[in-house]
Amino acid sequence: MKTTSIMIVGVGGQGTLLASKLLGNVLLGAGYDVKLSEVHGMSQRGGSVVTYVKYGDKVYSPIVDQGEADYILSFEILESARWISYLKEGGHLITNTQKTWPMPVITGAAAYPENIVEKLSALADVTAVDALALAEQAGSAKAVNVVLIGVLSRRMDIPEAAWLKAIEETVPAKFLELNKKAFELGRNAG
Amino acid sequence: MKKLMLGNQAVARGLWEAGCRFVSSYPGTPSTEITEQAALYDEIYAEWAPNEKVAAESAVGASLAGARSFCAMKHVGFNVAADPLFTASYIGVNGGMVVCVADDPGMHSSQNEQDSRHYAIAAKLPMLEPSDSGECAAFVGEAYELSERFDTPVMLRTCTRVAHSQSLVKLHERDEKALKPYEKTPQKYVAAPAISVKRHVVVEQRMEELRQLAETTPLNRVEMGDTAVGFVTSGTCYLYVKEAFPDASVLKLGLVNPMPVQKIRDFAAKVDRLIVVEELDGVIEAHLRANGIRVDGGKDLFGPLGELSQNKLRAAMGAALPKFRTYDEAVPGRPPVMCPGCPHRGLFTVLSKLKLTVLGDIGCYTLGSGAPLNAVDAVLCMGASIGMAHGFTKMLGEDAARKSVAVIGDSTFMHSGITGVVNLAYNKSIATVLVLDNSITGMTGHQQNPTTGLTLQNEETYPIRIEDVCRAAGIERVRVVDPQDMAATEAAIREELAADAPSVIIVRRPCALLKYVKHNPPLSIDPDKCKGCRSCMKIGCPAIRFTDKKASIDPTICVGCGLCEQMCKFDAFEGGARA
Ligand SMILES: Cc1ncc(C[n+]2csc(CCOP(=O)(O)OP(=O)(O)O)c2C)c(N)n1
Repeated sequence: MKTTSIMIVGVGGQGTLLASKLLGNVLLGAGYDVKLSEVHGMSQRGGSVVTYVKYGDKVYSPIVDQGEADYILSFEILESARWISYLKEGGHLITNTQKTWPMPVITGAAAYPENIVEKLSALADVTAVDALALAEQAGSAKAVNVVLIGVLSRRMDIPEAAWLKAIEETVPAKFLELNKKAFELGRNAG
Repeated sequence: MKKLMLGNQAVARGLWEAGCRFVSSYPGTPSTEITEQAALYDEIYAEWAPNEKVAAESAVGASLAGARSFCAMKHVGFNVAADPLFTASYIGVNGGMVVCVADDPGMHSSQNEQDSRHYAIAAKLPMLEPSDSGECAAFVGEAYELSERFDTPVMLRTCTRVAHSQSLVKLHERDEKALKPYEKTPQKYVAAPAISVKRHVVVEQRMEELRQLAETTPLNRVEMGDTAVGFVTSGTCYLYVKEAFPDASVLKLGLVNPMPVQKIRDFAAKVDRLIVVEELDGVIEAHLRANGIRVDGGKDLFGPLGELSQNKLRAAMGAALPKFRTYDEAVPGRPPVMCPGCPHRGLFTVLSKLKLTVLGDIGCYTLGSGAPLNAVDAVLCMGASIGMAHGFTKMLGEDAARKSVAVIGDSTFMHSGITGVVNLAYNKSIATVLVLDNSITGMTGHQQNPTTGLTLQNEETYPIRIEDVCRAAGIERVRVVDPQDMAATEAAIREELAADAPSVIIVRRPCALLKYVKHNPPLSIDPDKCKGCRSCMKIGCPAIRFTDKKASIDPTICVGCGLCEQMCKFDAFEGGARA
């Protein structure tokens, strides 16, 4: 099987690492060769963060380059605009519609672009969901990551049971029910 | 059994499997998790040293004692550890010793982009370079074998993409190694001139033997494919080559110092074009050229800057690039910022207000250089703030001394700030030093340090007091302030700047991300009272926004620290500690 590439993009502190861990566990359970690449350190302090997840029979490069991503899973809409060039022709963008202002916008040095979803939809196949609202519906704003994984799961060829098993293995027991609910809400959205 | 592991986690696993007993390191991205992970194995004694030099010296001591020992550091950490390691090359080892150095091409979280391979060559130490997590674990074992067989410390070079990528690792059992008996051997271990003269001969012989080994070791392997192009490469670059040109011939170097010249020569003879793919400097390329091997492309194609990638390779080689579309409007950048509630914010707001010259240092507080605080004038390397402030104020005199400060974190102070303070007292400086004590090594992700009273394993230990250290070093003016109280902080700074003696102000409040730090409910702003003066925006808090001529607070990230409220002249803030 050819290598499939997923990029998870967002803002430091949004829980993107848990999403990639979960995805890694699902893919590993499905028997693929898997590579995950993340950047720690400076980029976590509220900066733009990117994680690459790649799987297939044999994965070489751990990174995803421009025009290579089959899926981009974005936690913040401005980040979707920033990274859209990494999407392959025919790839899918799944994006949270939540906005987190970066410092240049806060200081007034730059404006937060408007109508990003519409503009991105003209460039690619886009699924936009208000993952924060769904996460809150599930019981915690922190579950945005699992909601988005739920949205992604519908588009990937992996049985639902495998996703649920990976969630059980990845999240702490006391948050399991909340996360399962977040996953279902995501899976049925968009 | 195979497991998905971070490169750093795999290095730790490799240490455990190879019977390593001793790990001492100082944190530094992207090397930090190796030591944190090694500490989880009962058979390994692991610790945070105050800096890389002490870590390396401790690892040498453990090796003399007969243990397989290890230390890890980021690339610039090797600068600090270079002194012991250059001579450790002469005295050799008893138990095997491995030093991991993690480079950061692309500078994801570093102040420079130096290439550690130069160190291996200069210190005459063998160096291995893994490409993925599987090799990280396996190469540690190989490194210990080489270390004991050739009586030398061995370097393991990783980079961000190896250290912080996860891939599959084959797990093995631990190969328990008994301590090798220590025997007094001054003719080997005492690096004094008469002895070192003889040891240098041994070092050169050893390198010659290693050069021969390089020709035959399976660490260096040839994968013959299409012979139109042959790539010589190592580390992550090997993966980029395989991704972009899966059918090409490749010579993958696992042992990058010394290099197998004959093997490469033979490979070159079999391919039409020989291309060297390496990140940063042209180390392999220069070596091949010096040995008269034809190189048809290298740094002329790829340049010395940043990381490579499969697309960069494709572009440089004239191959087709995947198609993509770009968002055609300007997308504002998203630089890292101090977290909501960060204790550094209050201090930098004061420094920015006072318009001081700030000789900065390395840590989360380097973020005080960004907009809107723009408070930092210079940053060099860990510990440099105090020396820079000394030289700066000596040359510009008293007036400048009254308008400049050094700023340094608690971990950085312990790492390499103390000698700077000794110098201030000794050489009659009147500089003012601010030690930002947030009770943790923040930037690298919360490691304990000698001031925190806890070890790597979170066991209680003696908490070294920065004020005692400064007083013992001869600084009489030492005081403590809470940066949460900006008025008091400002007053203290003004007083110490005016003093005719060197002074240290310890600016003390724990990092807002520490588990034991309690937060207040979020603040809110009464839109009727807000006059839109933007005073609260000056602190650069990511939780404050400004729309329709009014400030407002994002309650999902505000931790109620109340700094913004201290900026407001119109009493517009509500909630927070009051709620
Ligand atoms: C020689 C060297 N070793 C390690 C590092 C990695 N590093 C950058 S900042 C830092 C520590 C910062 O801790 P502290 O001084 O307490 O400041 P904080 O981040 O907590 O504000 C470290 C270890 C480095 N840049 N240089």
